[in-house]
Amino acid sequence: MALTTDHSSPMNRQRSGFARSLDSGFVWGTAAVAIAVGLLLAVIALQVGEDALPAIQKFGLGFLVSSRWSVIDGEFGALTQIYGTIVTSLIALFLAVPIGVGIAIFLSEDFLPPRIKQPIVFLVELLAAIPSVVYGIWGIFVLIPILRPFGIWLHETLGWIPLFATAPAGPGIYAAGLVLAIMILPIIAAISRDAMVAVPAELRQAAYGLGATRWETIFQILLPAGFSGIAGGVMLALGRAMGETMAVTMLIGNANTIDSFSILSQGSTVASLLANQFAEAGGLQISALMYAALVLFALTLVVNILAEIVVRRFSLKL
Amino acid sequence: MTSRLQSARQTDSIFRTEDLNIYYGNFLAVRDLSIDIAKNSITAFIGPSGCGKSTVLRCFNRLNDLIKSFHIEGKIYYHDQDLYASEVDPVEVRRQVGMVFQKPNPFPKSIYDNIAFGPRLLGYKGDMDELVEQSLKQAALWDDVKDKLKAFGTDLSGGQQQRLCIARAVAVQPDVILMDEPCSALDPISTLKVEDLLQELKEKYTILIVTHNMQQASRASDYTAFFNVEANSKGQRTGYVVEYERTEAIFQSPKQQATQEYVSGRFG
Repeated sequence: MALTTDHSSPMNRQRSGFARSLDSGFVWGTAAVAIAVGLLLAVIALQVGEDALPAIQKFGLGFLVSSRWSVIDGEFGALTQIYGTIVTSLIALFLAVPIGVGIAIFLSEDFLPPRIKQPIVFLVELLAAIPSVVYGIWGIFVLIPILRPFGIWLHETLGWIPLFATAPAGPGIYAAGLVLAIMILPIIAAISRDAMVAVPAELRQAAYGLGATRWETIFQILLPAGFSGIAGGVMLALGRAMGETMAVTMLIGNANTIDSFSILSQGSTVASLLANQFAEAGGLQISALMYAALVLFALTLVVNILAEIVVRRFSLKL
Repeated sequence: MTSRLQSARQTDSIFRTEDLNIYYGNFLAVRDLSIDIAKNSITAFIGPSGCGKSTVLRCFNRLNDLIKSFHIEGKIYYHDQDLYASEVDPVEVRRQVGMVFQKPNPFPKSIYDNIAFGPRLLGYKGDMDELVEQSLKQAALWDDVKDKLKAFGTDLSGGQQQRLCIARAVAVQPDVILMDEPCSALDPISTLKVEDLLQELKEKYTILIVTHNMQQASRASDYTAFFNVEANSKGQRTGYVVEYERTEAIFQSPKQQATQEYVSGRFG
């Protein structure tokens, strides 16, 4: 039996011109989309930078270390907001990382039958679907009244620690940090869980096979093996926390000075500053706001680069 | 618990199963298993795919306990201890019955930390460097890696990784080592190295090995159990032991027709 009925040489058996142009068209199409995303980012950065130029020329790097934000005097410095952005994000991470990783461990092990586990996984991810303005409203009317007695107690018993040096006045850095923690929790939990589930089953069996208990297996094998994914999720969450605007603006109190290092005091973040002042800003103030926006942009960029470095440095070869 | 398992280390029969039936839920995976495993011997489990060899192997270190639907009927004795008695801690069992898996699975840690992992769990107080060296020597890997103990275990070649896994199992000084097709992912040269290793290891340990490679079973083992599988009316495939004998007998004068056909390569 003949193996082939086509006796033409392989070079003559080409695909149709249409199929080939579809192929190369697809390559160019995806390349164009990818380049467009990069261009968009560059254009936004350039535009913001251009608008910020007058403020950059006037204040220079002093903008970053001055906490004076006076529209009347035309003096602007974003230290208060940079400080607020970093502190609220750190509070959020401090609370959300242990809980989020804990949830990830719980939901990646077989503690629960799948019928119960799946809905819980879904519910955790649903936390990310709540609009931030709803978090803000909830924070104002539910969380802050609940937190108030606790804040007063903290101030009265631990007031000698600078972190609790002021009496809570309703909204404040702590309330914003706490709500941010809830908002970034699903990111950390979902990404960490994916990272833990992705650890090869062989490693788990190897650890059990050597007589490791469940906890030893989790803490000595699964968490280290999933570390790069978990770190990536945490950094992503940090970026989200730093840029979060609505809920923070509603909860942080929007004070434009650093009175103390107390987390019970009121403050503001770069994002909340922008949200509060854009509507009635003019002249140099707009430029100063653009400068602040650029700083936020740079902060998130640094976090993302750090994330990349951490993930590469600690990525375990599986 | 520890002392009871350890004081039982004196007898000549390491494992004994009595009318063992292994289930996953309602599914009977292996039936009517009654075998004795002799101390300081190598016992090979051979048979076609899906006949439950690995399932049986994983009963001996209670690794099947990780599967929720798993349960057994009948008895498995480890020395004279009922392995599935309620007071037996599976973690303790696995510290005495080590395991090497089909796919080499070193931890994503340094070679040194791979070996030290088990002893550290046990709170080993002696000289860890010494133990790591000894274990690597027992696994015939010391000369390959002595200058790069800090390197990642996962960077070694497949055959070296598998010997690392053997060294890791040996480091906790187990009583028995279970091997689940340890050479199936290795090239022929690495396979021969592991087989040579088995002969040295049996001086100190009792070894149970699942293999698809009949030459390997005939070359390396003292006893061979031939497993076969049959489907019931619902299409569920249940494994059982056809013949369990000294390896020469299985390969040269099998009593059962099925064994004869399998070892001569006519099916499976």
